[in-house]
Amino acid sequence: MTNVNVNVHHLTRVEGHGNIVVDVKNGELVKCELQIVEAPRFFEAMLRGRPYDEASHITSRICGICATGHAMASLRATENALGVEISEQTKLLRKLVFHGEIIDSHVLHVYMLVAPDFFGVGSVLPLAASHPEVVLRALRIKKLSGDLCAMVSGRHTHPIAMTVGGFTHLPSIPEMLAMKERLVAAREDLDETIALLQTLPWPQFERETEYVSLKKDDEYAFIDGVVATTDGFTYELDDYRKVTNETCKPHSTAKHTRHNRESYMVGALARFNNNYEQLHPRAKAAAEALGMKPPVTNSFLNSAAQAIEIVHCVQDSIRIIDELVDRGIEEQALYEFQGKGGEGVGSCDVPRGILFHNYVIDDEGLIQGANCIIPTNQNYANMEADMRALVPQILDQPQEKITHLMEMLIRAYDPCISCSTHLLNVEFV
Amino acid sequence: MAQNGKPKVAFFDFACCEGCQLTVIDSLQTHLELVEAVEIVQFREAMTEKGEDYLVAFIEGSCTRKEDEARLKEIREQAAIVVALGACAHTGGINALKNIQPSLQGVREYVYADKWEWYDTYPARPISAVIEVDAVIPGCPIDRFEFLDVVKKVLLGKKPSIPDYPLCVECKLKENVCIFDKGGTCMGPITRAGCDAICPTFGNGCEGCRGLIPHPNTNSMEDVLAKAGLTVEQLIAKKTMFNAYDPAQIEGSS
Repeated sequence: MTNVNVNVHHLTRVEGHGNIVVDVKNGELVKCELQIVEAPRFFEAMLRGRPYDEASHITSRICGICATGHAMASLRATENALGVEISEQTKLLRKLVFHGEIIDSHVLHVYMLVAPDFFGVGSVLPLAASHPEVVLRALRIKKLSGDLCAMVSGRHTHPIAMTVGGFTHLPSIPEMLAMKERLVAAREDLDETIALLQTLPWPQFERETEYVSLKKDDEYAFIDGVVATTDGFTYELDDYRKVTNETCKPHSTAKHTRHNRESYMVGALARFNNNYEQLHPRAKAAAEALGMKPPVTNSFLNSAAQAIEIVHCVQDSIRIIDELVDRGIEEQALYEFQGKGGEGVGSCDVPRGILFHNYVIDDEGLIQGANCIIPTNQNYANMEADMRALVPQILDQPQEKITHLMEMLIRAYDPCISCSTHLLNVEFV
Repeated sequence: MAQNGKPKVAFFDFACCEGCQLTVIDSLQTHLELVEAVEIVQFREAMTEKGEDYLVAFIEGSCTRKEDEARLKEIREQAAIVVALGACAHTGGINALKNIQPSLQGVREYVYADKWEWYDTYPARPISAVIEVDAVIPGCPIDRFEFLDVVKKVLLGKKPSIPDYPLCVECKLKENVCIFDKGGTCMGPITRAGCDAICPTFGNGCEGCRGLIPHPNTNSMEDVLAKAGLTVEQLIAKKTMFNAYDPAQIEGSS
């Protein structure tokens, strides 16, 4: 009978610190855990007593990869709490910078965190020597997306110009036209990316689960909308707690979420499964090339769904720039506090999945309470359910291979462990 | 030193967002030759290999738990040169906002309720509160070109120098309209330059993420902020956003 002991301390090539523990005794799965050992920072407490206009600047620091996503959800929560209307110009600019972050985060994940596993190396660094064209392509796409974010908000990691009600700095028409040229030229790099992914030996694994994401009538949703699930439920953003249902588990100090089933999944694959019809035709073509059509229930393919989203976001960025250039850019007055507080929820579907920020602001304009529910947080139960399902299927393989597959499974989710500030498993003896 | 003569470097992180390490990765977009100049033996976010014989250690993040002190000391023992990477490591950064809440106990219960004991924490502090630091790359996040400059100097055995003058110098050189003249407020007059005044350039007043200049004129700064119409809470907020850490907060803590 098989005994397997997987003990990965500080999983590499993921954001943040986590351990994988799998224990099989006599063919029976005894323990299967993803332990989060990241130092807690207490962001929700840090926000208390701070002026409302600092929220997005403070919360972007929750994460270096999804800084723009946090800032965006933060701004929407603040704007909903204070009843701030935003202009069409602001909406377009925000969609543009958000696309930049999606592309940036996804290309980092696909090329630098996941691809090394398929090339049989420990990191992207040896690929700089053996496959320079692959590494240069990844750096090119990442530079493009970083520059796109910088054009709109000053900087991707910790945006500067986005504020409550609008922007403190606006891109110029010549800047946007130059960026559009680069986006159009990037199509070749994206075709090569899809071609590369077509050749990779994706692990075969299927497990049905509920997929949760934002949904909008008029576009593939990233900012605002309603919460939708593949099991057919929809909720207004204010009712987000009906989706998340955070609970503490007796075996784990990590809070898990669940909705209609024992777990649910968020992220690119969830968005793909929910909103496929709204993808740009080029993105759908990429999906077809990769043999993907919803429902896709192989968690490893989350990385492939990310590549499809890169294609979509590049195309949609071109469309947005065309619209902005057509309308012209104008200076717009910024919001001034009206002396009345409130409570609001903001939600964005950031690279790793649906994110909620919920603030209570008082009549002095100071934040009295905050709650942030992180996408990675919402994936932990699903990760462990996937692990439990996968292990029995691969028990006949050598321990090294089992360990590697477990690592690849967790990496596929693109976890952002620093973000999941609630999720701490200090000791597990 | 590696057999190929390249100095061995390693990256570590504590309580942080990893944004500074990501900025390091992004610096490869324009300076891929960096990977030729050094041998990176440990960089958890980007690679699987974990070498322990590094010469230069870059550390991102603040120390926020007693158990992290041992790890910091281990790194200090191994590395000939320790570089604090970014505001969290340099000044405590955003993490120190926790220190100025009414009570640490209140903070722990607010976030973790009845499970507060499960999550160890103490007042956040820069790594220099625990180990000796040889060089600093300030900012939240770091500026990638300043990073490259400091790396070059460290590899050449030179002492890196970062500006001691305030952001106002950089704004003036760029002919930015002063944020105060636009009706806003800005911590630039007492904040360390070196970021090319990026926030004022994009219309947002400096938040002080690079730390204060030596001998900052804080009294004058407060006068200027008060004249600009800030309430007491807003004034304190400006001063503390990235500079909440005070060594007195950790006196007597275990």
